[in-house]
Amino acid sequence: MVVLAGVSVIVFALVHLVPGDPVRLALGTRFSQETYDALRERSGLDQPLVQQFFSWLGGALTGDLGVSFRSGDTVTSLIAERLPATLTLAFASILVALAIAIPLGTISALRPRSLVDRFATVISQFGISVPDFWVAIVLILVFAGTLGWLPSGGYVPLSEDPLGWLQRLIMPAVVTGTVSGSVITRFVRSSVLEALGADHVRTAQAKGLPARQVFTWHVLRNALLPLVTVTGVQLAYLLSGVVVVEIVFSWPGLGQLALQSVQSRDYPVLQGAILLFAVVFLVINLIVDLLYTAIDPRIRR
Amino acid sequence: MTAGAPPVLEVEDLRVRLRTPRGPADVVNGLSYTVGAGETVAVVGESGSGKSVSVLALLGLLPARVATVTGRAVLQGEDLLTMKPERLRQVRGPGAGMVFQDPMTSLNPVLTIGRQLVEGIRAHGDVDKAAARRRAAELLAEVGLPDPEGTLDRYPHELSGGMRQRVIIAIALSNSPALLIADEATTALDVTVQAQIIDLVEKLQAERGTGVIWITHDLGVVAGIADRVLVMYGGRCVEDGTVDDVLENPVHPYTRGLLGALPDLAQPAVDGVVPDLATVPGVPPAPTDLPKGCVFWPRCPVRGDARCETEQPPLAVIGSADVALPHRAATWCLEGTSGAGSPEGGLR
Repeated sequence: MVVLAGVSVIVFALVHLVPGDPVRLALGTRFSQETYDALRERSGLDQPLVQQFFSWLGGALTGDLGVSFRSGDTVTSLIAERLPATLTLAFASILVALAIAIPLGTISALRPRSLVDRFATVISQFGISVPDFWVAIVLILVFAGTLGWLPSGGYVPLSEDPLGWLQRLIMPAVVTGTVSGSVITRFVRSSVLEALGADHVRTAQAKGLPARQVFTWHVLRNALLPLVTVTGVQLAYLLSGVVVVEIVFSWPGLGQLALQSVQSRDYPVLQGAILLFAVVFLVINLIVDLLYTAIDPRIRR
Repeated sequence: MTAGAPPVLEVEDLRVRLRTPRGPADVVNGLSYTVGAGETVAVVGESGSGKSVSVLALLGLLPARVATVTGRAVLQGEDLLTMKPERLRQVRGPGAGMVFQDPMTSLNPVLTIGRQLVEGIRAHGDVDKAAARRRAAELLAEVGLPDPEGTLDRYPHELSGGMRQRVIIAIALSNSPALLIADEATTALDVTVQAQIIDLVEKLQAERGTGVIWITHDLGVVAGIADRVLVMYGGRCVEDGTVDDVLENPVHPYTRGLLGALPDLAQPAVDGVVPDLATVPGVPPAPTDLPKGCVFWPRCPVRGDARCETEQPPLAVIGSADVALPHRAATWCLEGTSGAGSPEGGLR
């Protein structure tokens, strides 16, 4: 709560510090002083900043994030409209990421310096350093262009067209999932390596446990903690919108919404979006903490 | 040890070579010994003398990628070193149980004590969960833990070091092993707990006739529990024999140095001045670069023979060979060691 209060102040201040007048941008190049003043008054922009902040905060506390300067829609409805697309992409990406990272990281930890390990290192280095929009464009060129297997972008809800939903989801999920997966692979590798070297693994072997049981319960189980942390961080990042990938694939997510609202100085929308990102981070951190206590008895009281 | 009964463990010419970044390291170089039923063999030596590695090698607990183990190690009629992995897994537990050095890290922190005991019991027999749990509680009671039932549901971090070590002993004993290997099992514990654990092992050993290998560098413990002592240096056995032979009539200059390094409480400070603690000067040789002759000669205060530097001394019987456990030592410096006027005075 304290964090959220701080975040709301900072969000508000930063947004209003951005140079540019939203009213001017909304009206275009030719307008009279009267229409300008009228719109300014209607948006509440003529009020002192402190007062604007408290009226926004008051609204936000009751679930009213204001009205978009540009479209006149409520901010909550704009966000609600974008949320399914963002949730879909974020969870699909994290699944792709984990599907890559857990096997690859585990195998490279089990066979350090092996072919798989070297391959994983190169791939994850590639995934971390190559810009995602480049990968996105290459994928579009190959799969949408040359091969024509997949649509180049867009989004349809799952309920309307399940196949189209999946077809449109694959490429963006692969692009963002590879980036996250590269980061997570490194974590999995190092945490499994560390767990493998732990003394209690030798105790487990000396008990005469089957190798698979040693690995599952005394290595993987212990490597889970760092994995949960890094997955949480990656998920929070994905949920706050992957702007570039969303734009390349014309994916109508929150990142796109935030970018558009910056461009048009649409303060209420921008503030709403950033506040939501902050809430997402806090909620995910809370979930990670809860998972921690479930996984590691040492943290329990 | 019952005369004529086959030994529980017979180790012959055990060698361990490790691959290290600085080249191959010969950590154990031709170790041979036997452990009889109900017998306790103490393996002593400095850190780095190859004690721990030599027993880890027996149970195949060294990483295969870096360790090459050769020789023979026959446990109850089967060679551990040539066993198939699945058979070796079956032997770990019922054949040989192992107690590790550090009670703080040798248990899995995220699993309950009960789980860690039960999985060991269930890995070696068709036991249902409830029965395995009852057995686990019995074991905890046997090793003297109060509230065994409650302890089953606790996690390692909720127990003290001494309690954890008892749990580790309970795990090692859970399949009634023929051989118990205790690798510095009491080193991390304070003296009173140490005494309790030693009593416990002796009691269980008397009840079950378990053979025990007790690795330690604490000569006080050796005097208390061992039937037989094996002194290791540079990966070799430099002296072995009954506990009386080795501790009271040490022959090898290294053993003498070790014994000389014990603080003597019977000789209190004179005029408030505590006599300096005797030490064995220098450090053990690096296993990547063992000396050519006697492994101990670079640090040896005697060096009474021309062959010390060039020729490796064999493990030779001292005194009578017609006893069950002959006293043996690997040194060229046998002359002049029997009398009181030996060069021992120079040993500091």
